[in-house]
Amino acid sequence: MPINPTHPMHARRLSRNVGLGLVLAFFVALVFALTVVKVQRLGPIESPEQALQSAAPAGAGPAETTVSPDVMPAEDATR
Amino acid sequence: MTDATLHEAYDSALPGEAQFGDYLALLKPRVMSLVVFTALVGLIVAPGSMHPIEAFASVLFIAIGGGASGALNMWWDSDIDAVMKRTQGRPIPSGRVGRDEALAIGLALSGFSVVMLGLAANAAAAAGLAFTIFFYVVVYSMWLKRSTPQNIVIGGAAGAFPPMIGWIAATGTLSIEPVLMFLLIFMWTPPHFWALALFMRSDYDDAGVPMLTVTHGRRKTRAHILAYTLLLCPVALALAFSPVGGPATLATAILCNAWFVKGAVTLWRRDEEIAAADGYKAEKSVFRFSLLYTFAHFGALLVDAALRTGGLI
Repeated sequence: MPINPTHPMHARRLSRNVGLGLVLAFFVALVFALTVVKVQRLGPIESPEQALQSAAPAGAGPAETTVSPDVMPAEDATR
Repeated sequence: MTDATLHEAYDSALPGEAQFGDYLALLKPRVMSLVVFTALVGLIVAPGSMHPIEAFASVLFIAIGGGASGALNMWWDSDIDAVMKRTQGRPIPSGRVGRDEALAIGLALSGFSVVMLGLAANAAAAAGLAFTIFFYVVVYSMWLKRSTPQNIVIGGAAGAFPPMIGWIAATGTLSIEPVLMFLLIFMWTPPHFWALALFMRSDYDDAGVPMLTVTHGRRKTRAHILAYTLLLCPVALALAFSPVGGPATLATAILCNAWFVKGAVTLWRRDEEIAAADGYKAEKSVFRFSLLYTFAHFGALLVDAALRTGGLI
């Protein structure tokens, strides 16, 4: 007796597989929707340069990044 | 081994292969309906607003957590479920789902629901759901159910947590209103189950579950039903006068509690001969009404929330 796709086993498992597939598809859609909601709540995302500019006082011009001597490479710090 | 013997081995190993509906039945969908409804009400009547998708996801994950604890309860209690007529058709005693499967599904869905609720709402709500699952499975199912006739009283707390979790999901905090919602279900649970125990007599006896009817007798059970029903009245009235209450909740509390107390007094006055003679008609009536009781109260809270939103109260 060959095993073929029409074996009763496949019919018995059909409802289980279809049900599980629908549940998984629903879960993917739900996580996607939740992600959209959470991201929208964060507001517009700024690049690091935009964030520095918006953090600088008004009229101060473009902000410049400064590097503390203690984080400079040793050979630069001794110059 | 030939194909034929493979088929025979397969068929004999899985005489009743589970369908999708059997796994759903493992999650106790009727209990889940109360969990969903009360959690939803707790979430809606809470101050502040929640995005509808977050609210939907939160209630869904609370329901899945409740279902997971139901699966773990069926795994643990499969021996007594097989004895009791009321539960013989459940997936495990009927052989459609294996005990190991139920345990795996229960544990997996427990972890899944707690983590997802934490992501959808907040960590406090997730912690509340985790504690509820622990309380129902370990404290009630594993410990109290088979050891004390007060099993229903303390174990009833597990079913009372969902409105609190819904509230915490919406606000991140706890206050007197969700505690009153908790107390309403907590005080309602004993008379609800004891009314059932009065007319499902042989079931609990056969299973050896120390229900009050078995350990203290039916006369004392009737007295306990009356006592808890009377204690339920001030809780329902306090909820009606709380910030989430209103005219609908107050009217429901007065009518439902008057009816419930009347039913409890009737049960208290009856003896076994009269009850057995009419097929436990009054006991069944009180049990059916108790199902309506919680849905009516939480429905009234929704009505009052709608009236408040519409500026009518």
